[in-house]
Amino acid sequence: MTKPWRRTGSQLIWETLLEQGVHTVFGYPGGAILPAYDAMLDYPIRHILVRHEQGATHMADGYSRASGEVGVAVATSGPGATNMVTGIATAMLDSSPLVCVTGQVGSALIGTDAFQETDVTGVTLPITKHNYLVTDVDDIAPALHEAFYVARSGRPGPVLVDITKDAQQASTERRPSFGKVDLPGYRPEPRPPESELQRAAELINRAERPVILAGHGILISGAMDQVRELAERARMPIAMTLLGIGAIPANHPLNMGMMGMHGESWVNQAIQEADLLLALGMRFDDRVTGNLKTYAPNAAKIHIDIDPAEFHKNVRVDVGLAGDLSAVLAHLLPVVEARDRSEWIGAIRGFKGDTAVRDIQNLPDMGKLYAAHVIHDIWRMTGGKAIVTTDVGQHQMWEAQYYRHNEPRSLITSGGLGTMGFALPAAVGAKVARPDEEVWVIAGDGGFQMTMCELATIAQERLKLNVAIINNGYLGMVRQWQEFFYDRRYAGTPILSPDFAALARSFGLGGETVRSRKDVEGAVERARADERTVVLDFQVEKEDTVYPMVPTGARLQDMIRRPEQEPDGDPESEAEPVAAGHSMEW
Amino acid sequence: MSPGPAERVRPHVFAVWVEDLPGVLNRVTSLFRRRGFNIESLSVGPARAAGVSRMTIVVRADDTTARRMQVQLSRLVNVLRIDDITDQPAIHHELAMFKISATPEERSQVIQLAGATGARLVDIAPGSVVIEATASPQKIDGLAEVLRPYGILEQVRTGLVGMARGAASVMTDPDARNPPKRRTSRDGDAGGSHSV
Repeated sequence: MTKPWRRTGSQLIWETLLEQGVHTVFGYPGGAILPAYDAMLDYPIRHILVRHEQGATHMADGYSRASGEVGVAVATSGPGATNMVTGIATAMLDSSPLVCVTGQVGSALIGTDAFQETDVTGVTLPITKHNYLVTDVDDIAPALHEAFYVARSGRPGPVLVDITKDAQQASTERRPSFGKVDLPGYRPEPRPPESELQRAAELINRAERPVILAGHGILISGAMDQVRELAERARMPIAMTLLGIGAIPANHPLNMGMMGMHGESWVNQAIQEADLLLALGMRFDDRVTGNLKTYAPNAAKIHIDIDPAEFHKNVRVDVGLAGDLSAVLAHLLPVVEARDRSEWIGAIRGFKGDTAVRDIQNLPDMGKLYAAHVIHDIWRMTGGKAIVTTDVGQHQMWEAQYYRHNEPRSLITSGGLGTMGFALPAAVGAKVARPDEEVWVIAGDGGFQMTMCELATIAQERLKLNVAIINNGYLGMVRQWQEFFYDRRYAGTPILSPDFAALARSFGLGGETVRSRKDVEGAVERARADERTVVLDFQVEKEDTVYPMVPTGARLQDMIRRPEQEPDGDPESEAEPVAAGHSMEW
Repeated sequence: MSPGPAERVRPHVFAVWVEDLPGVLNRVTSLFRRRGFNIESLSVGPARAAGVSRMTIVVRADDTTARRMQVQLSRLVNVLRIDDITDQPAIHHELAMFKISATPEERSQVIQLAGATGARLVDIAPGSVVIEATASPQKIDGLAEVLRPYGILEQVRTGLVGMARGAASVMTDPDARNPPKRRTSRDGDAGGSHSV
């Protein structure tokens, strides 16, 4: 007689994960998830022990954004789960597919304020795409199976599965079936009606001054080639959102660069003067529109997004096409006419005007170290081919301005939530997902200190990353707002940092401090050549400012621009020539 | 987004079919709260199909905001269907009970008044009576006005339930093709009662 099939809930967790193609999880054990951890040893799962559960979620997120696969994070109940909240919210705002598995206290203890009990499905309700509390062993596999489906389908997002300890421990003889998920209320892939596609095509064909707004949805949908084809055929210039960077190569002649609060002034001007905006997988975030009342006043607006809830949310659009971008473009492309539009492109070239002379790249550095120069040098030395992760703030904007990404999924940054401490753990996830790629962390001195404990994870896992800390002794972006809008009263923004290089060495990693431009190249070279992760502490100008900038609530074209004579002094000295690595039409 | 200049704020009535699972009510109300929409009334009960609950939700909003609520609600995994029935020919009723202070002398007057408005007497006690009415909210408001002089000791109103008129209604109840068998939220479902 053969032994009947029999599994514990814990075994089913890993078997379901393996069935979903998961081989790596980022996690931290604890009481309520112990049965699952015990079972894990019997399955071919790589577990990366994080130092804080926020790190686990950011790593899973970085893994997901680098690979396009669902990232998985595991934690225990109570504080383990609540530590995940920031990472889950980050993934939610940036539509990143995660599955978070948390242990919960035994079902008999739920509601009793038991040790390490938190209502985790309640806490995460508004920041997950969906979540589950599982109390029955037979629900574990179906809930996880559904969780992966929901996380990756439609507009992706984080899904949390909270599993009680007794459900993990119980066993069952009912073999789960992994058939098609049946969620009658869930319609992840809408299709736009033919008539709306026709209307969109007419608006595009008629437009004299169109601009494509390229967002994250292009990367998620894998519609990079189609967007390029569309832009080239109809000769439509492209403006990128922060998360859209990489969807179209930075060196593509029709790619103008980033739009919005810290975008190029002439890109924003093109948007303001356009007669058609074609928004692809983006959501008109307040950071890209400026004042909504004066946003692109003369433009008809076509919005293509998989989530129809985005239509009219911030900006009223004339045509909203709900669907997977790639599928919609497959229908739209054949009816879009080839056009020249050289007049419009010439006009945009005119908008560019004096931009170059205000670019700090083209200004003498007077022996000072500027973040823009550091990032430019890293870009140059890595051939623009690295995967770069960033936090939020000044360094993030400088990275977006000066590291020119030509590859999809090569910039991984916290856009919507703007999470400090994202970059380092996200880089761990990216490196695990794509071990053959060169990965750089670019972070500020503030954000880096929020999750720098993950240096220990990096050391334990022997991962090779390169870390550039843009260290200006301030919470730079907040300081910048204080400079512009709070009369330079620097409340709470000066920040003391440890000796980051020495800190890195204490973990057995490499570390170097860089104080002048002439040392940047050597330091970057040594870091890249080192087989260990190396932390480079770039001590840059303390009160440098991200230019240009649209003040909150201002019109998009009313940007604060870098004064022409900054930095002051003798223009003869040390001016670095602009890198000519990219040819633009403009 | 800002409402259109000419758009009027008015009560919108949504008929919402959801999977009958623990926690679903919380998902729905939490969504209204976090998107800044205010619920005026909400009622829930079993729909025709097994495993499905039907909600009637009334919110005050302009039409643009109401459309936004509708699409936001339809994003919830457990929401099967949502119709804005505000402008459809429909019956919108609520049930109300009023406990009226009435001396034995006043009692017959109160009962007569109630009868004239289609309400009925459901309880008599020495110092009070309970009147029950099922009608449109406006009619119930009117009944309350008439009863007020006698002294309303207590009142309860269920909030609106709505149904489109006619046999050829587009609003056939959706089925949860796969009647829920899972318990995936923390509430348990102990009493076998309606669990949303």
